[in-house]
Amino acid sequence: MEAAIFIVCAAIVLVGAFGVVLSKHPVHSALSLVATLFGVAVLFLNQNAQLLAVVQVIVYTGAIVVLILFVLMLLGVDTQDDLSVDPIVGQRALAYLAGLALLGSLLSVFIVNRDDLVTGRHSATAALSGDLSNIAQLGRQIFTTWIFAFEITSGLLTVAVIGAVVMARRPSSYEPMPEPESMDDDGYEPEQVEA
Amino acid sequence: MIVAAQGFQPYWYLVLGALLFTIGTVGLLVRRNPLVMLMCVELMLNAVNLTFVTFGRMLDDIGGQVIVFFVLVVAAAEVVVGLGIIVAVSRRRPNATADDVSALRG
Repeated sequence: MEAAIFIVCAAIVLVGAFGVVLSKHPVHSALSLVATLFGVAVLFLNQNAQLLAVVQVIVYTGAIVVLILFVLMLLGVDTQDDLSVDPIVGQRALAYLAGLALLGSLLSVFIVNRDDLVTGRHSATAALSGDLSNIAQLGRQIFTTWIFAFEITSGLLTVAVIGAVVMARRPSSYEPMPEPESMDDDGYEPEQVEA
Repeated sequence: MIVAAQGFQPYWYLVLGALLFTIGTVGLLVRRNPLVMLMCVELMLNAVNLTFVTFGRMLDDIGGQVIVFFVLVVAAAEVVVGLGIIVAVSRRRPNATADDVSALRG
């Protein structure tokens, strides 16, 4: 059963991920991102991480993607990326090469160590296989072992909200910046010849 | 192949996480629209979250899930600040792509 759910959700996740990267239209990318995030949420559920699955759906697909879509609408949805033009010569080829190298190194780690992927000592105080439910276990750990990180997180969120408000404020003297004369100007200025 | 003799193993979640992380990385390097780049960062964060949950399960430890909880919070803050920057930039320069950062040069 777990294998069947995994195969279906892995297909959804991968199709959504390719959709994010390959869609010309940013809105289609955002909708593909929803599919990926939802697939990951079901995979969390498949591994008995119920709270994380719910939080993933509420926070990611409910808040973050909606925020991204709002900004897309604010900036205009008619912009399309031309995926066939190489902005910097060789950038695409190098990116694919880097991706292949990354995937190869990650997979080789997993394949070589397939039989003993985790070698640490098993937890004595925070075992998953206890009597408590998933939410009770998570809450107990967050408010005991990880209490300092939890408190710091509130500071991080406050800073992020204040920063967003400051950046979103419209400056009093508002004028669009003029288009620079040449984007491929490499800083070389021809000498002025005086008459 | 996935359902081998020993049954289904958590190992396959790690392989999926590696694939997802790679797709996000390549997307971040290839795309130029800053919003799509932000979405690719979300893909990479999700790949890491999936790996954390899987390792937590393999080690029989709730710590993996606690870390995912914190990653979610940081991701939310990151998206808020990132979108603020994108809106502030595109107010000055509509249709700016990531390559136009060179316009910031003094």
